[in-house]
Amino acid sequence: MEAKSTGLFKRLCQGLSKSHNALVNGLERLFVHKTRIDEDLFDELEEILILADLGVQTSSQIVDKLKEAIRQEKIHEPSQLRPILQKILIEMLTPFQSPLDISSSCPFVMMVIGVNGVGKTTTIGKLAARYGQQGKKVLLAAADTFRAAAIEQLQIWGERAKSAGVIKHQPGADPAAIVYDAIQAAKAREAHLLIIDTAGRLHNKTHLIAELQKMKRVISRELPGAPHEILLILDATTGQNGLQQVKQFNEAMEGITGLALTKLDGTAKGGILFSIVNELAIPVKLIGIGEKIEDLRNFYAEEFVCALFEKSEGNNHG
Amino acid sequence: MFDTLSDRLQVVFKKLRGYGKLSEKNIQDGLREVKLVLLEADVNYKVVKNFIEKVREKAVGEQVFRSLTPGQQVVKIVHEEMISLMGGEYQKLTMAPNPPTGIMLIGLQGSGKTTTAAKLANLLKKEGQKIILVAADPYRPAAIDQLMILGKQLGVFVYADKEAKDAVTICHGAQKAALSGGYDCMILDTAGRLHIDEELMRELREIKESVCPHEAILVADAMTGQDAVNVAKSFDQAIGINSIILTKIDGDARGGAALSMRAVTGKPIRYVGTGEKIDFIEPFHPDRMASRILGMGDVLTLIEKAKTGYSEEKARELQKKIAEDAFTLADFRDQLQQIKKLGPMGQLIGMIPGAKKIAKKTDFKDDDKKLVRIEAIINSMTGSERNNAVLINGSRRKRIAQGSGTTVQDVNQLLSQFSQMQKAMKQMKKMGMVPGLGVNPFKKRRR
Repeated sequence: MEAKSTGLFKRLCQGLSKSHNALVNGLERLFVHKTRIDEDLFDELEEILILADLGVQTSSQIVDKLKEAIRQEKIHEPSQLRPILQKILIEMLTPFQSPLDISSSCPFVMMVIGVNGVGKTTTIGKLAARYGQQGKKVLLAAADTFRAAAIEQLQIWGERAKSAGVIKHQPGADPAAIVYDAIQAAKAREAHLLIIDTAGRLHNKTHLIAELQKMKRVISRELPGAPHEILLILDATTGQNGLQQVKQFNEAMEGITGLALTKLDGTAKGGILFSIVNELAIPVKLIGIGEKIEDLRNFYAEEFVCALFEKSEGNNHG
Repeated sequence: MFDTLSDRLQVVFKKLRGYGKLSEKNIQDGLREVKLVLLEADVNYKVVKNFIEKVREKAVGEQVFRSLTPGQQVVKIVHEEMISLMGGEYQKLTMAPNPPTGIMLIGLQGSGKTTTAAKLANLLKKEGQKIILVAADPYRPAAIDQLMILGKQLGVFVYADKEAKDAVTICHGAQKAALSGGYDCMILDTAGRLHIDEELMRELREIKESVCPHEAILVADAMTGQDAVNVAKSFDQAIGINSIILTKIDGDARGGAALSMRAVTGKPIRYVGTGEKIDFIEPFHPDRMASRILGMGDVLTLIEKAKTGYSEEKARELQKKIAEDAFTLADFRDQLQQIKKLGPMGQLIGMIPGAKKIAKKTDFKDDDKKLVRIEAIINSMTGSERNNAVLINGSRRKRIAQGSGTTVQDVNQLLSQFSQMQKAMKQMKKMGMVPGLGVNPFKKRRR
């Protein structure tokens, strides 16, 4: 695997396997210590996958695929299963790997949405820094006027990213009005990228979802073709509710363009991602594997899956 | 929360109840479905396994087979086991014998610690306690500002030290301030951290050793998946937690994390966060929650809500007004506002046993909207119109409709409903029944 040689991959592995995680250790137990491929093994595999948040349905699908591959390739040893499982998982994700690309339009307008506490503002801060470093002119719109100090939080990130300006109003202001101002400013200042920070909201709150729709309408009216990206942020610790989040935001926004999976440096490995692409076919753009700016990375299926299987150094006693 | 879980279980139970006699296979099949439902609700795999095993043991016992309603018997067992899984009875937050009572909130990033700190402060303040909030998160940008703004809104003092670089110093300083300021309760809002971040976990331990809080509470997101148990276990092992507060349960997550965390740590869930606003925090009653999950309703919470939303004083005032034929549109608006305080209609309906089926067919969002519209119409009236509805003639109706963004028909409808209400009240008065909360009909004075 060519990606493996890069330092970034190492960092990803470290981020993804900072601790013993149920997935790696469980699979190890299965593939190394088991002597026979039998129903027990499949049951255990399914349990491991469910414990990694892949969900009942997706987990049993994966097990079925594995059985099929075993039949076709005439495999008898559990130790041969790991690469096959890896391949199945990579194949599931690869069609949805879709690195973030902001070159298609100028200004490129990105709305960032998601439920409360998934890391929207932090992700935006990192994105601003990333594109700032690349010499792009970045504008941030503080359209989270609800949560106390959300505007200040974004402003601090804007200052850290140096080149990023922040468009803001008073707390409690209409987010759509801020969006309007931000679009005008992005056009006037010829910004490359405008990122709109929205307030966290649960996907089942109709009136709050309507507010997002209004923001989107204002954006498209003021800049035809925009927003170019509607990025849904998802917390990797989320369980099966992640499916509902993606489904409902996707419907409400008439198509989100991509996902960012944050907080992958915990013990949860974001198994819900497999269910999401499996059932909803949404592209995955970014993953967050740590607190540093460079820890927000483009998503690559192969890297992601390999890192899931990798045991980090110093963690071999598990 | 729990709604979809409840719906799914209803289907399984209906099937079980349908059998005249239960064979062991019937029970097996039923329990397999229960297992699937729980797994999809993010209840931890191992917890589910144990739970099903326990239910099976009890269900295949003599009692069920001899019972005339074996299916019902199984449901009863599931109900009982679910209550014990969630920790039996509600366990209230206790206060330290010597104030200030230290409460330390810990948890992952984004679980809702700062919001919960404010909600808790508000709740305890209402109980008459003098609260000090402590902004012990020097890391997340603007976290201190967030708590300070919330504190200002609540009228609660916030201890903040933006110069201090580490949380231990902040907490130490806060404790001194709490002691000298004569505060009853000190709530520490610590920074979010991963349970596997050694360094930050050490910091929490240091805070705990320095402040000796009465209660360390893990704040956890109800949408968490299978990892919830790892998080709860790690925090408990590293820091030692006393209880759990579950946040964001107003989403449509099926809340399996709640069932798992309590089962794994043995620590009670004290409160649940039910909305973004500061008042939206409720005590967690495992028994009531189990009933709600199994579709048996939760009348007790409904009654309590009604009590807090409706003061006795107001009830008496209303009674008097009705007795004097002085019930006006302004009073009507008051009533509507009281109802609105109880929460969205759909949520309330879910607490009435058996009412969920009806709720399915009706869209209560529309009803909530109707209430808003009625309020808008009344708001667009002048004071004298509100006190004397007879004044409202054709041109006034037109003005009111315009002012409230409704039509004259809407205004007419409201007025005719209101006059019907007045008539009904007169009727009731004649019959000697005056509505109102907390009125004992047997204690009525003779006139």
